[in-house]
Amino acid sequence: MASVEFLSGNEAVAQAVRLARPRVIAAYPITPQTTVVERLSEIVEAGELDAQFVHVESEHSALALLMGSAAMGARTFTATSSQGLLYMAECLYYASGGRWPLVMMNANRALALPWNIYGDQSDSLALISSGWIQAYAEDAQEALDMIIQAYAVAEDIEVRTPVLVNLDGFVLTHTYEAVSVPDQLEVDRFLPPPDLPEGYPGTFSMSKPQSLAITAGPGDYTVFKYQQHAAVMHSAAVIRSVGEKFHQHFGRGATGLIEGYRSEDAEFILITLGSVSGTVRQAIDELRRQGVAVGMLRLRYLRPFPTEELVEYLYSSTRTRHVQNIGVLEKDISFGHQGSVSLEVKSALYEYASRQGGAAVPVLNFVAGLGGQDISGEDVQNIFLELASSVNAANQSQQTLSAPGFSDVRFLGLEPFREENQHQDAA
Amino acid sequence: MKKISIKMLPDDEYFVGHKGCGGCGGSLILRWTLKALGERCHIVIPAGCMSAIGFIYPQMALGVNAMIAPFAATGAVLSGIAAVIRAKGLTDIPVVGFAGDGATADIGLQSLSGALDRREKIIYICYDNEAYMNTGIQRSSATPQGARTTTSPSGQTAFAGSKKDLLRIAAAHGIPYAATASVGHPADFLRKLDRARQIDGPSFLHVFAPCPTGWGCATDATTELGRSVVTTGLWPLLEWDHGKIRINQAPHSFAPLATYLAPQARFRGLEANQIEALAAERDRTWVALRAWERETTNSVLA
Ligand SMILES: Cc1ncc(C[n+]2csc(CCOP(=O)(O)OP(=O)(O)O)c2C)c(N)n1
Ligand code: SF4
Repeated sequence: MASVEFLSGNEAVAQAVRLARPRVIAAYPITPQTTVVERLSEIVEAGELDAQFVHVESEHSALALLMGSAAMGARTFTATSSQGLLYMAECLYYASGGRWPLVMMNANRALALPWNIYGDQSDSLALISSGWIQAYAEDAQEALDMIIQAYAVAEDIEVRTPVLVNLDGFVLTHTYEAVSVPDQLEVDRFLPPPDLPEGYPGTFSMSKPQSLAITAGPGDYTVFKYQQHAAVMHSAAVIRSVGEKFHQHFGRGATGLIEGYRSEDAEFILITLGSVSGTVRQAIDELRRQGVAVGMLRLRYLRPFPTEELVEYLYSSTRTRHVQNIGVLEKDISFGHQGSVSLEVKSALYEYASRQGGAAVPVLNFVAGLGGQDISGEDVQNIFLELASSVNAANQSQQTLSAPGFSDVRFLGLEPFREENQHQDAA
Repeated sequence: MKKISIKMLPDDEYFVGHKGCGGCGGSLILRWTLKALGERCHIVIPAGCMSAIGFIYPQMALGVNAMIAPFAATGAVLSGIAAVIRAKGLTDIPVVGFAGDGATADIGLQSLSGALDRREKIIYICYDNEAYMNTGIQRSSATPQGARTTTSPSGQTAFAGSKKDLLRIAAAHGIPYAATASVGHPADFLRKLDRARQIDGPSFLHVFAPCPTGWGCATDATTELGRSVVTTGLWPLLEWDHGKIRINQAPHSFAPLATYLAPQARFRGLEANQIEALAAERDRTWVALRAWERETTNSVLA
């Protein structure tokens, strides 16, 4: 029987990892990831999980170590955040290229400089092309569910791709909520056994010794990279089927790579990811009461990028209203351009529009929550109102928040800075 | 466990068809290592010459389970393999790292330190060709004073650093076993490998490995240099065994340095006074070594 416990996001992840029974855990501490590995070390010491808990000297070593363990056919786990994720960047590409089915949790946190320990999504988005499947949890329950599903997805023989499960730092990692923790037997029935079968690609063999993590010349390299890309593309179908199987087993959870909220008849849609989605839902309910047709699409996975699902949500023939304007709300900026998620969304829409002929729906990019900046319900309502008011191209010039040089990127919370600059200009 | 010795080395080959240069010391040591440890051995080789010459798809030169580690991560990947061996209760699987001097003394020192500190059951072999060879002979912290590399073209560096003392670094971790060896003394190397294999914990072997391509010596000079480096006193053969250091060969007098230096283009251009300075440095090293031997032999703790 499942039990309901009051857990933080990190603790929910630790429980999920316990239930997935990895053989080896290696991790290096960094705020706000620390409590997940603290809980796991307690769980291992208490004998509730039969795993090797290895104290490593760096994040680079943590991930490198787990590649060695995966090559030995073992299920593994690590967790990190921010500077730690970037410190292991070399190994992220190495692990995905080696096609090892690793699972890692990342506590989304701002990057130095300036130093800042609070949440934003710049860390994982900087590594979006590293070949890892990227999932973003909204709440602690989804974090637990995503970790368990991540093992099923990563280890699928056609996928063999590592999975990064992201939780917003502090807002999700450290906030307590009621979480349904499944029974060990149920999870054992859902997941394959924790040892990869003999002959699983990318593992050693006593009967047939293998050379792994090899060198390839230009021609072969391209083939390997194409196969890797094809596997990540294919993982979308596996994520859905694993989600459906999870739903059958445990009776909960979204199954798509995108989850919609009141989006079917919405004229103004905010696309976002992670824990801010809860605030967005409340803002939507409030504006709906006032008669504004707003809705949300929450990206649960950024890799593989769910282009088809996105297009289906936005242009489905069953829609009762056309989408007039789209906002992308994210805790990230790709300096010199715009938010990374906005770029992803725009590229998908452009592809659709250029195939179908006709103009893509306008997209406004809202950069908010950097370095732990609070995003209030009122902020989100204002974002929706701006989406509604900028339908008309003539209104564009009246926008007050746009960053210098970028008409469609808006930074939340720049007003004090602006005022100060204006005073200086005047002086 | 069958004893390893040079007479008992099997005919089996586990490193064939690789693209190493003629006379490559590192590849010779790797070949012996695998013959001695056999087919159950799992080997981790970081970026560097040995991985570059042995893993070119689709022609794999290793006949045992083998993988390339990220350059900095040999110790970590070894630990990951060792962890699963512990978890599954497997026995009789030698877990071996085979890393260059750059991968050991520089970029990989952190992960080596971690593995030694955790007392992983691994054999870490550093084949020392005294520079970053795979990238074209750049200076590493194992390059001796006076040696020309592509990033120390005069052979002199602005700072006083002489070779990092890897044996002392390993010993300072309090590991059970560490030793130096040379490609010129295969029987000594194999005896030490045999000892390392029986240690329940980490062992570290630092092996002199000439590189004709990088050193500018004849391809058939490898063994000879592996001997003269010992007779000149530049590469003491040492063994650190459970807290005691043993000097395996303590010559009463050293052969002239020129017997070692002259056959190598990398030392050409050294002035007489610079060679004297090298000799003085060597003598200081030996004084310190003898003191270390006395100290650890007499220590009540050892
Ligand atoms: C992180 C990283 N930095 C740099 C390199 C480039 N690189 C590859 S091999 C190598 C030299 C290896 O030198 P060493 O470890 O001494 O082995 P050798 O080639 O001399 O046998 C370097 C610098 C790399 N692969 N990875
Ligand atoms: S460059 Fe030197 S170390 Fe590298 S393969 Fe050739 S001889 Fe061996």
